Amino acid sequence: MRAQPRDTGREEAALEASLAAVWSSRPGLLGWLTTVDHKAIGRRYIVTAFLFLALGGVLALLMRWQLAQPEGRLLGPDRYNQVFTMHGTTMMFLFAVPVMEAMGVYLVPLMVGTRNIAFPRLNAFSYWVYLFGGALLWIAFLLDMAPDVGWFAYVPLAGPQYGPGKRADIWAQMITFTEVSALAVAVGLVVTVFKQRAPGMSLDRIPLFVWAMLVTSFVVILAMPSIVLASTALILDRLVGTQFFNPAAGGDVLLWQHLFWFFGHPEVYIIFIPAVGMVSTILATFCRRPVFGYLAMVLALVGTGLLAFGLWVHHMFTTGLPRLGESFFTASSMAIAVPSGLQIFCWLATLWGARPRLTVPMLYVLAFLFTFVLGGMTGVMVASVPLDTQLHDSFFVVAHFHYVLVGGAVFPLLGAIHYWYPKLTGRLMEERLGRWAWGLVFGGFNLAFFPMHLLGLWGMPRRVYTYPPELPWGGLNLFSSLSAALLAAGFLLFFWNAWRSARHGEAAGPDPWGAGTLEWATSSPPPPWNFTRIPVVEGADPLRDSPDALKVAAGLRLDRRELLLTSVMAAEPEARESSPRDSVWPLLAAIATTAMLIWSIFTPWAVVWGAIPVAATLIFWFWPRGTPEDES
Amino acid sequence: MKARIVADLSELPTSGPRGSGPTWWGNLAFMLIEGMGFALGIGVYLYLATVAPDWPPAPPPELAAGTGVALVLLLSLIPNALLARWAKAQDLRRIRLGLLVMLGISVLPLALRVLEFQAFHVRWDESAYGSIVWVLLGLHTTHLLADLVETAVLAALMFTRHADNPRRYGDVEDEVAYWVFIVATWLPVYACLYWAPRL
Repeated sequence: MRAQPRDTGREEAALEASLAAVWSSRPGLLGWLTTVDHKAIGRRYIVTAFLFLALGGVLALLMRWQLAQPEGRLLGPDRYNQVFTMHGTTMMFLFAVPVMEAMGVYLVPLMVGTRNIAFPRLNAFSYWVYLFGGALLWIAFLLDMAPDVGWFAYVPLAGPQYGPGKRADIWAQMITFTEVSALAVAVGLVVTVFKQRAPGMSLDRIPLFVWAMLVTSFVVILAMPSIVLASTALILDRLVGTQFFNPAAGGDVLLWQHLFWFFGHPEVYIIFIPAVGMVSTILATFCRRPVFGYLAMVLALVGTGLLAFGLWVHHMFTTGLPRLGESFFTASSMAIAVPSGLQIFCWLATLWGARPRLTVPMLYVLAFLFTFVLGGMTGVMVASVPLDTQLHDSFFVVAHFHYVLVGGAVFPLLGAIHYWYPKLTGRLMEERLGRWAWGLVFGGFNLAFFPMHLLGLWGMPRRVYTYPPELPWGGLNLFSSLSAALLAAGFLLFFWNAWRSARHGEAAGPDPWGAGTLEWATSSPPPPWNFTRIPVVEGADPLRDSPDALKVAAGLRLDRRELLLTSVMAAEPEARESSPRDSVWPLLAAIATTAMLIWSIFTPWAVVWGAIPVAATLIFWFWPRGTPEDES
Repeated sequence: MKARIVADLSELPTSGPRGSGPTWWGNLAFMLIEGMGFALGIGVYLYLATVAPDWPPAPPPELAAGTGVALVLLLSLIPNALLARWAKAQDLRRIRLGLLVMLGISVLPLALRVLEFQAFHVRWDESAYGSIVWVLLGLHTTHLLADLVETAVLAALMFTRHADNPRRYGDVEDEVAYWVFIVATWLPVYACLYWAPRL
């Protein structure tokens, strides 16, 4: 066997040159299309998700314009149906879930101290599938073929009888794209956290954000199959005449709601749990102390993940379910307030007397605490069946879930973008612009959405394209629409700041915030190999535990992409494992998958013939090439 | 930040331990996803059974084909276990034989499956019962087909220069585990489709 070059005893510069030779992607377009670097994929995911946020935001503004006055004429009823369906679908499936997973894709390998995500090619594949699924939905919208059945596509409205044309099929198939991508990322993240943690990072030293992503990934793995089954059954009913949701042939329309919400409710936590991890991370950094009650926080995350599966029926309280069932789900819906409350109190205890530095990320955390608590309170309200029966399908519910989702997830996310932006780009976001944007987003959001509680209490139903002037809703709607413009201005400022700071922002250095987790141990932005030497962890805050010098390990090979495998519990070193090289096959497999899925909207035979190119691309993807990565 | 070397990893083996490496965990994660799919499919079957006035709306399925699949799958665990042992021993000649045997065996349940679809006397578009029967059978058939392709590719790979490599032996072990999963998922689906209507 020929001698294998090792990193032992090498000078830093020579070492980095060797690492660059094996870990760097090719320059140019081909490199861009073939890279499997989790940072490149993660960055791409984040940018794409924010693009979809902007598109979904434009749709929201269209709706607010339409509703600003009674008898608005901007949108007709059919277009309005498409717009609110596109808004919800885009925000949930193309923004919120992917962006949270994207943050995990970028950050988890860095935070656990490894060189790439597990199954990096699968990760690249997941991005392309997500991109093509999003493009499918939006191209359909431009062709006036967008789904118009609401983001949860209830049958019979979405079924073959009431939903002619291809609109609902496009919705169902878009779901397939996003679930495939979400599941692929979830598997990669679970295995990264289980097997690739830095030596010494035992379970009780895993950063809270990583715990959050781990729990989220398991929720994805257990919840997504339900929507797979639901959307498959829907498309089969529409395409080949199965009878799942047809009561005349022994089917049941509520079956759809059960399957959808068995996924749909955990989906809220798929969005919320990563946000909680972000809040904990930001708080710990700017309070300059570990988060109070680490164990309680981890248990609360796991508890939230478990309870997420016991709540789905509270979306169905008005469907006439048995009383006992309703009581059970009321109790479980209220029970989820316990782990959430536990976390809130741990955060408050962390803040207590800490004199936090009120940077922009920290301001977003405070906005989160305020807004999320309000959203949580209305959540406890609608968990009660009698009240929910009154408020169901009203603007009160619209206000409630925007408070929970925007307050609970988007605010922490914006804080997280400000917080990790220097790691992604090497530059800080401009602080003054950031504060203005924060003020506009936080103020605009509350001014736009708080009145919707009242509108709902006054009887305004959601998903109506207009209302007559006799009803007393005009004033608050106008106020809400004007405030939505403020919110939009805040987002514009945020985007402008992100764009401008990438070029002109202050240079950040490796650790601009004085944080304690491993992603700050490497340069900003990190090199393709993340860490020149794998860090060794001896405490929960590795950088604060040894501020002078990072403890690292040596002995890895330099002639192939190599990283370290450690044991699941104690993170003891087990093996030096290779990490796959760049490849164009994930992209080609995604194209083949896309062709099959879109084709199958038109004929079931697409699944048969379309599977052949998918199988072929997968075989090429996995076929060994005899590179050093294949040695063992 | 300055770095201080505190550990030497050069003596570690160059690929993960079998039974807890990344592909093993990845395989397990995919089994969890697909297992959840099967569990929910059975859930849908039982849900539809509870809301239907009479279930099944067709005569109960004939047992022969489905039971045949169950028996073939259970018996296939014997060569599958042998293959696992040979993969552990890194005995390439026997592994090739084992994979070819498994390839032949995995065609059998597919052939019987054609009869199974007929044993239910119901089309997918006749009733919700027909729909869920076809979807459950179809879901399992997809697994059988996917595994057939996987076994064929792996068998072909084991006749190339890439074969004699601990990584490949690991791939064989993962394939063996996946086959066990396919057998294990059939048992509850079989019980649900064939025996639940007889209760």
